Amino acid sequence: MSAPDFLVHDSADNVGVVVVENAEAGRALSGWVIENDSTIQVPSIDRIPLGHKIALVDIPADATIVKYGHGIGRTVAPIARGGHVHVQNLKTRRW
Amino acid sequence: MSKSFFGYRRENGRVGVRNHVIILPLDDLSNAAAEAVANNIKGALALPHHYGRLQFGADLELHFRTLIGTGANPNVAAVVVIGIEPGWTGRVVKGIEATGKPVAGFSIEGHGDISTIASASRAAKDFVHWASERVREEAPISDLWVSVKCGESDTTSGLASNPTVGNFIDKVDALGATTCFGETSELTGAEKVCAARAATPEVAEKFLKTWTAYNDFILANKTNDLSESQPTKGNIEGGLSTIEEKAFGNFQKIGHKARYIDVLEPAEAPSKGPGLYFMDTSSAAAECVTLQAAAGFAVHLFPTGQGNVIGNPIVPVIKLTANPRTVRTMPEHIDLDVSGILRRELTFDEAGDRLLALALRTANGRVTAAEALGHREFVMTKLYRSA
Repeated sequence: MSAPDFLVHDSADNVGVVVVENAEAGRALSGWVIENDSTIQVPSIDRIPLGHKIALVDIPADATIVKYGHGIGRTVAPIARGGHVHVQNLKTRRW
Repeated sequence: MSKSFFGYRRENGRVGVRNHVIILPLDDLSNAAAEAVANNIKGALALPHHYGRLQFGADLELHFRTLIGTGANPNVAAVVVIGIEPGWTGRVVKGIEATGKPVAGFSIEGHGDISTIASASRAAKDFVHWASERVREEAPISDLWVSVKCGESDTTSGLASNPTVGNFIDKVDALGATTCFGETSELTGAEKVCAARAATPEVAEKFLKTWTAYNDFILANKTNDLSESQPTKGNIEGGLSTIEEKAFGNFQKIGHKARYIDVLEPAEAPSKGPGLYFMDTSSAAAECVTLQAAAGFAVHLFPTGQGNVIGNPIVPVIKLTANPRTVRTMPEHIDLDVSGILRRELTFDEAGDRLLALALRTANGRVTAAEALGHREFVMTKLYRSA
């Protein structure tokens, strides 16, 4: 099997983690969903650095980002499928 | 794979993986004398720190527990304690003596630094000769105490290096090892999931009480959402956005099967027998590892993403990463590269086996990256201001 461009912890997640250093905008990225060992395709619309998150679906503002099958924070801006998810559009619900 | 290691069996039955003679200052004022003794006597190691004066209450008790626990750690063969005055110096000496290992105390008032250094150097020299004749013997993995803590984490930590540690924990827990995780504040967001991994409802309740107390302290003192502190700037650079995301990644370190059997105070030694323990600690790397070492843990596993460089003076700190950029840019700090998991070249089970093999080689005497580079971060946890 070829090396994936991004990894997804859980099939319930709406984000994946880019694990390559060349995820430029406009690339067709392939992802490995660890939980059920499936492969998915998502085209990137932003440049996404190694270790940063990519939206797997369109996500509205004030929604929950799900990773590890659990909520990890609240979106403060809408994020389109293939977009970069990070501190500019995702905030903690806790502190 | 071998399920045993060669270590130093101490007077109290614990098995160490290093054979240090340490010069332990009671207080900040005694650092200069302690460092002079370690400079005089090759093979002795000074552990300077910043505190020990005018502390009181729980903060003072933690100070004593940390110093006594550090001296009592089985990686330490013998101890010279130096303090400004004889009373508290004697309390630390007495606490370490309970293990049965050689320990001597010296106080500076009424003697001055130079005379104290001379006397303490003679004792340290005797201890170094004595320690140099201790011999390693074979011990089962159930005699190995291993602590874990991650640092400068990024999303690759939660994907691969922390699950590798988790795979290790599941394997050695089944073999009767004693293990420990901590980082109370850094379980925020995953605290309910973490509580569910307690061995009994009583332990779960103790965990949630400990977590709530820490979270209340943060809520009372915070001036923003802690972004850049927790998660750190390095975490954010590595793609971690929130404390919840960091917490779920952190939590991967205890694997899938092992259940923690007790909740420890900072630097408290486990007393419920073999198994996994949670310790109430800060998430700052050197503070946490220092507390775990003071509780008696002899080997530390430290997964990193962006590249933390930490070591400890008495405990070998084994660092692993799954971040291919960190492997490329900071190779001298990394003991185990598990980036193959991200490329699907390495399974979690294989990575866990590699970590177990490396931990046993390290226990047998293999020098870690941090030891070779001289990383000896010894950082006392202080609970509040001194009187």
